[in-house]
Amino acid sequence: MSPRALVFPFASRKDVGVLVAGLAGLLFGAGLLTSGMTRQDKVVGFLDVGSGAWDPSLAMVMVGAIGVHAIAWFFIKRRHAPILAARFVLPTLKKVDARLVVGSALFGIGWGVGGFCPAPALVSATSTTSSILMFAGGMVLGLFGTELILRRRNG
Amino acid sequence: MADALFTPWSALLGGALIGLSASLLMVTLGRVAGVSGIVAGLVGPRDDRPWRLAFIVGLLGAGLVANLAFPELLTSSTPSVGRTPLLLGVAGVVVGVGTRLGGGCTSGHGVCGLSRFSWRSLVATLIFMATGAAAATIVRLAAAGVSP
Repeated sequence: MSPRALVFPFASRKDVGVLVAGLAGLLFGAGLLTSGMTRQDKVVGFLDVGSGAWDPSLAMVMVGAIGVHAIAWFFIKRRHAPILAARFVLPTLKKVDARLVVGSALFGIGWGVGGFCPAPALVSATSTTSSILMFAGGMVLGLFGTELILRRRNG
Repeated sequence: MADALFTPWSALLGGALIGLSASLLMVTLGRVAGVSGIVAGLVGPRDDRPWRLAFIVGLLGAGLVANLAFPELLTSSTPSVGRTPLLLGVAGVVVGVGTRLGGGCTSGHGVCGLSRFSWRSLVATLIFMATGAAAATIVRLAAAGVSP
């Protein structure tokens, strides 16, 4: 009997996976809130380099996140498969193409104008502030619409 | 000013929690914690939806708890001049379209991709940081120009 079966005797591997994904989302949200990245002024304060009151906090968030995840990845990549799924699902594209460049440029523009990137927008939308709801709603529309078009084009 | 501008320790700690979350998702489900991709994938195959929904519910749950216990974490200490709800709505659409075309956002490219030393993610991150800086600067200048 595996350790997992002892802890979750009635749950399938897939159910445990869903539970863990929820936990990861909670942890991710807690990280964003702790770091200050759910506050528009902290994000804009980083991006607006020439405002005279530059706030480099976002760079420290990246250092903390990459520091932990890069070390974890060093060990995770030695595994043949993840613990609760059949295989790792990683990006297959290796080359820089026009879509990457144009898409990233557009994302940056929306990020600088709005002051939110996707994850903080979702966390902050729970405050039901009208401008953040508008941002999050527009973002989900843009994500779903573009994804549907891309999936249709790729067959 | 009540708030210190640069908050390196809370930023570092929060970042570490984000890195921990990304590592947990990768070692258990083998998935990249890229939030734009997780949301967009909801329009994909049905059997690939539950874990995505669970992750999003977790994110929203963290927000709901913060609203009750620490509302200041969701409120800017300085009012943002010029960022009207309509402008924010348009910016949201641009972020949605852009992150799908570019294949990732701050989490997918900036955190996960850079941690795997992905060349594409490095290029993407440099580009969105640069256009983000330009856009934030333009909004400030425009707001200063129109306000009396």
